[in-house]
Amino acid sequence: MATYKLQINGRTYEADVEADTPLLWVLRDNLGLVGTKYGCGIAQCGACTVHVNGDAVRSCVYPVSAVGTSKVTTIEGLSEMGDHPVQLAWDEVDVAQCGYCQAGQIMAATALLNKNPNPTAEEIDNTMNGNICRCGTYHRIREAVALAAKKTK
Amino acid sequence: MSSLSKPSRRNFMKLAATASGGLFLGFSWTSSVASAMEVVSDTAIAAGKIEFNSFLALSPDGIVTILSPNPELGQNIKTSFPMVVAEELDADWTKVKVVQAPLDTKKFERQLTGGSGAVPHSWERLRKAGATARYMLVEAAAKRLKVPASSLTTENGMVVHQASGRKLSYGELATEASKIPVPTDVKLKDPKDFKLIGTAVRNVDNHEMITGKPLYGLDIYKEGMLFAMIQRPKAFGMKLKSVDAAAAKAMPGIVDVVTFKNNVAVVGKSTWQVNKARKALKIEYEKEATLESSADHDRIFKELLDSPDVTVRRKDGDVDAAFKKAAKVIKSEYQCPFLPHSPMEPMNFFAHVREDGVELAGPTQTPEMARGMVAKMLNIDPEKITLELTRLGGGFGRRLSADYVLEAAELSSIIKAPVKLIWTREDDTTGGTYRPAVRYRFEAALDEKGNMIGYKLRGVGMNAGNPTREDNFPSGAVDNLLIESVDHKSPITTGPWRAPITNFLAYAEQAFLDEVAHEAGKDPVQFRLELLDKAKKSPVGEIKYDIDRMKGVIDLAVEKSGWGKKKGVAQGFSVYFSHRSYVAQVGEVEVKNGAPVVTKMYAACDCGMVINLSGANQQVKGGIIDGMGHAMYSKLSFKDGAPDQSNFNNYRLIRLKEVPEVDVHFVNNGIDPTGLGEPALPPTGGAVANAIFKATGKRLRNQPFIEQAELKTV
Repeated sequence: MATYKLQINGRTYEADVEADTPLLWVLRDNLGLVGTKYGCGIAQCGACTVHVNGDAVRSCVYPVSAVGTSKVTTIEGLSEMGDHPVQLAWDEVDVAQCGYCQAGQIMAATALLNKNPNPTAEEIDNTMNGNICRCGTYHRIREAVALAAKKTK
Repeated sequence: MSSLSKPSRRNFMKLAATASGGLFLGFSWTSSVASAMEVVSDTAIAAGKIEFNSFLALSPDGIVTILSPNPELGQNIKTSFPMVVAEELDADWTKVKVVQAPLDTKKFERQLTGGSGAVPHSWERLRKAGATARYMLVEAAAKRLKVPASSLTTENGMVVHQASGRKLSYGELATEASKIPVPTDVKLKDPKDFKLIGTAVRNVDNHEMITGKPLYGLDIYKEGMLFAMIQRPKAFGMKLKSVDAAAAKAMPGIVDVVTFKNNVAVVGKSTWQVNKARKALKIEYEKEATLESSADHDRIFKELLDSPDVTVRRKDGDVDAAFKKAAKVIKSEYQCPFLPHSPMEPMNFFAHVREDGVELAGPTQTPEMARGMVAKMLNIDPEKITLELTRLGGGFGRRLSADYVLEAAELSSIIKAPVKLIWTREDDTTGGTYRPAVRYRFEAALDEKGNMIGYKLRGVGMNAGNPTREDNFPSGAVDNLLIESVDHKSPITTGPWRAPITNFLAYAEQAFLDEVAHEAGKDPVQFRLELLDKAKKSPVGEIKYDIDRMKGVIDLAVEKSGWGKKKGVAQGFSVYFSHRSYVAQVGEVEVKNGAPVVTKMYAACDCGMVINLSGANQQVKGGIIDGMGHAMYSKLSFKDGAPDQSNFNNYRLIRLKEVPEVDVHFVNNGIDPTGLGEPALPPTGGAVANAIFKATGKRLRNQPFIEQAELKTV
């Protein structure tokens, strides 16, 4: 066990955990940030996507010891009021069915738009292909990412 | 650590009780008559003495609160139910608040999610609940304004006196309205006057979902709660022999390792610690039943398709004679593999078994059954068990089974502590309760004119019960028909999977009818219409589907897809009736780089009146993606009783890039809603396979399509 100081959503958190603990479980079990979801544990489904220094990472395979001083953003830190353009687009398009995968979808989409504010349809598809939605809201995910891109212009 | 932030029922009631002078209507989900409704006084609610099944609350600030009793797993019931109440109430939708109710068998009936049945069940009850409140508000306004009630109208949370232009809000009328005698019968709106029903309304939980609020079972963190995972036998047919837990127990954060039934449970202080320690268990298993492999299943299927020991499900006319005199006989077999449900949120449940009662919380489609089973197992009164319903991260039928609830409760009773049991994805994929593997043999007899004079179906399933739906189309349209089934008892556990049985049967049947139409030299749509005409004019035996509704969706699909009129596009057709609703689909396939690609799907649905156009549209798209994805890619195979696949690296689910364009249409016939959670899925495999045949000349008779030689050699 060791104590890790983590920069998450603009705040400093402390967690006393083992070095190999995935960031996902530190967020959920230790810090009460449960918006980041467990889906597969092997970086295949994207439900656990968070940003580390702006990059979309799969927190289920990202050991807490690798975080260091990096800035972590989770769904809870995307905006104060839930009004980030991507969140607004998700609401407007009414994307979610069960909703479980959507935090990961939103974080994947946000990382894409931060780096590439005007993605082509193909670029959207390439990024969002990494996140599974078992309910099949894929059409609306595509639509919402495109709408969010428009909103951020 | 905090508990779920959703208001519990107790909090809701307290909230309701402190809102001074509000109107509380208890409306019965059990009875469809308005006389079952009564005005409930605040104190009565607080004391919990009122025998109602659900509550519609109206507070002086105009907020309408509706308890939603059914588990929400993405079917959008939590939005569509309140829409129905709000429609009849003429409420201001922006002032409607929806609260998930816990399990309460005294107040609710059919508090479950399954069979696409919630809306059909509750439609009239919900309407009357809204209409009754509206009546009382109008009466209260009439008294205050000293005008006849008939001179008043309602709109958007207001009672309006058109003649004088005066308006009173529902909030300011709430207290007076609560003193109006409850009407025994109220007039419901003419559906043509609906303003909210039939429009696209956003999910009431959108904000919580897109901001990452705790909503799901896995998000439960309660005071003093421990975490647990269970190691179950790795193969079906094995049982526990011995456990060496010394190494696991010595690992950090591990509180205990306990054994019950065939389960070895590791209990600890965090998910990760438990997950790691479980891997350090040394467990020996021994055989208690046959260890079946997929190769065994293939052999068993073939044997049982020729078995003399069958159950006859339906018999019309004389099939032997019909096949004897046939000009042409067509015979084909179709097979599907086992499938796990793969909801994105794996199984989990919280349980706290105390001396004085049991607290349960988590995702289940059948809370009442789960509680009953826990009560029986622990030998306690069900009344002493509370069950808090969380949102479900998908269900697909998996959470109709309560095995994981029982595990959590039994574990808590042994360790005498509150515990959250967590299944990993691997546990979820390999833990059983699968869609059963099934094989069908279809035979059709045609006369010289290409009329189907005989039809035979024999279905063999692995723990599938009856894998046929003997009264479905084309039954009733064929003079000589025989439908039989054989069940193989396997150690591999099975359970309902979205659109049970029909999720594969519809594909097999619709693909076979396509083969028959082709052999008869007829257009696949025309072939089906001829059969439906025959069923209408000279029905054979009992007909349990609505011929006109089926024709209605066929006509709409033909119109919208431009069936038979498109050049250079291969189209495939299918139509199916299941779970009360009718859906016809047309698939379009293009061959790209030597491989068939599904480019577009059309769906024509008759689910009666659509309540929420946004939810309904997505429900159909999601059903099609589910049906297509599993038909194309998914398979759970076995070696010596153990699944070969365990997670999304080796078990394939459809992804975004593989999804075709989907064009959804609804038949608008004004019929009361008949359900939509399942019916769009069954026809999809058939429409896809038939389009692939049209494009490539190859018939796909086994799932998943991606593994079939026919597809690989295109």
